Amino acid sequence: MSSPHPIMRAVHGVQAWFEERAPGARQWWNRHAAQYYAPKNFNVWYYFGSLAMLVLVAQIVTGIWLTMHYKPSAAEAFASVEYIMRDVEWGWLIRYMHSTGASAFFVVVYLHMFRALMYGSHQKPRELVWVIGMLIYLVLMAEAFMGYVLPWGQMSYWGAQVIISLFGAVPYIGEGLTEWIRGDYLVSDATLNRFFALHVVALPLVLLLLVYLHLMALHEVGSNNPDGIDIKKVKGPDGKPLDGIPFHPYYTVKDLFGAGFFLLICAFIIFYTPTFGGMFLEPDNFIEANPLVTPDHIVPVWYFTPYYAMLRAIPDKFFGVVVMGAAVMILFLVPWLDRSPVRSLRYRGWISRLLLALFVVAFVVLGWLGMQSGSETQTLMARIFTFYYFAFFITMPLWTKIDSTRPVPERVPAHD
Amino acid sequence: MTKRLVALLLAVASAPALAAGGVKLEASHANVHDRASLQRGARLFVNYCLSCHEASFMRYARVGQDLGLSEEQVAEHLIFTGKGVGETMTVAMDRDDAIAWFGAPAPDLSLTARAKPGGADWIYTYLRSFYVDESRPLGWNNTVLPNASMPHVLWELQGIQRPVYAEGHQGDAAHVERLELVQPGTMSPAEYDQAMRDLAAFMAYVAEPAALKRESMGVWVLLFLALFTFLAWLLKHEYWRDVH
Repeated sequence: MSSPHPIMRAVHGVQAWFEERAPGARQWWNRHAAQYYAPKNFNVWYYFGSLAMLVLVAQIVTGIWLTMHYKPSAAEAFASVEYIMRDVEWGWLIRYMHSTGASAFFVVVYLHMFRALMYGSHQKPRELVWVIGMLIYLVLMAEAFMGYVLPWGQMSYWGAQVIISLFGAVPYIGEGLTEWIRGDYLVSDATLNRFFALHVVALPLVLLLLVYLHLMALHEVGSNNPDGIDIKKVKGPDGKPLDGIPFHPYYTVKDLFGAGFFLLICAFIIFYTPTFGGMFLEPDNFIEANPLVTPDHIVPVWYFTPYYAMLRAIPDKFFGVVVMGAAVMILFLVPWLDRSPVRSLRYRGWISRLLLALFVVAFVVLGWLGMQSGSETQTLMARIFTFYYFAFFITMPLWTKIDSTRPVPERVPAHD
Repeated sequence: MTKRLVALLLAVASAPALAAGGVKLEASHANVHDRASLQRGARLFVNYCLSCHEASFMRYARVGQDLGLSEEQVAEHLIFTGKGVGETMTVAMDRDDAIAWFGAPAPDLSLTARAKPGGADWIYTYLRSFYVDESRPLGWNNTVLPNASMPHVLWELQGIQRPVYAEGHQGDAAHVERLELVQPGTMSPAEYDQAMRDLAAFMAYVAEPAALKRESMGVWVLLFLALFTFLAWLLKHEYWRDVH
């Protein structure tokens, strides 16, 4: 077959040349894009997976440029960040993209996780997809925490001090463990240096690997959809799911639109409110780290505050750390805690809807409480919502089983 | 569903900013895009602040560029320390002297407008809130930053304020209800407020010189992205024509 146009002929020629020398490339592309059949009824909640990858790439690229001017030393770090903000051409833009990207990453990931909970994407056969996703979330938290230390402001320093000291609650080895993490008796140059290494090399590599595995695991079993229908059950004469469409070009163009919309929001923040009212870049972090002066309120960045609220709600340090850790770890078990015969909330009863809505309220309120100073009423609220957070998961096998369900249709309900 | 998502994003965006400690801050209406205001602020800054404080991350040359001043103008009107135009705004005072006189070197002002909750409003309110307090080593106190070690450097301009305490809290710095101008300065209260607005604007600029460029170019980036998103939507629409 020869294309009439010489340019098209040249393109095809190069393609053919490449495919002969790269066995499997075409198959790989087909398997994961051109002939990966995704349900055609994805709604707005299905943008966040591709957006998370977009943010990851943006963070890596802006991060590389930041490392060209950043100095990972306690004596120079703070000034080097200001140097980037003032003297490096476009440095301010790259830095704001990176700092806004960090928060955007968590926004996108939280919405992505909520989507999975809502439509039962963690259920059989996608348990592994969920577990790898949770590992990504865990590594992302470590990545964000270490990255926040690098500007070496007051909140970087004291945040690190508080978070690392939590490991001191581990019986017997606690104290040695914290020294091992810091590389010193207190947060210092050694700590900053190793966090730099982990933040820019080790953890991004782990993240990339996990994201790849997340996608491979997903493509093995296929994507879920808002109706929780198994599209592989009904196939056409060509063996392709009737309710599926090839990911490329249908979802690549759709995600392109999603990416544009998302970047519009990010650009608005980057250009008009990069500190986001002190939530993305905290006022105290514009003061250089000083081991002799403790800030009035040491508060983590917003994406950690729900867990921070839980930690503070528990009077005992060791137990508090256990609760905080368990709050994250319990998420790993969701595929086995959910006993509902249907996936999507659309076909579940009022119990599931109500409890999930309350869970969102609990998580958001805990996030808000984690930013407050912690009055008596607030502590009481934090305890109630922490209790609910755990009760939601622990009793999940029960309420998912007794809740009423509606029959799930064979085919995706017609849309458009 | 989309509505709910938008509502969620709005809820995140409108989360309250950090509250300022104690005193209610006055709105400064400082505007970093008002070049004349920045120039007046710069003049006050180098005349009154820079003898004790410094802005060690800020270059004189950059101030000149951003404020529309030539290098000669910067050298003549802004540099009193014999520094080069390419150097940063470091302090003239000796560090040991500062420790001897004030207990500690005066803080670097490069980032004050970003480090204080309220930013420019904090600076504006702070500089209007000095009052006479004989119990303090230098005779001055401040309602925004109680027991500040800084004396009222601008008292000649503002005049002297005395505190009016709440009932039954005479002499208690924590219960100053309002301040009363007992001796006028060389500026009227309105002139002084304007001067402090200028100074706060300049300090906001110093804390983030990129803000000038950021806000002016942001519009174009947003317009580009809006166009891109629209085209992407058209493309999506075209491709999805045959999906039913």
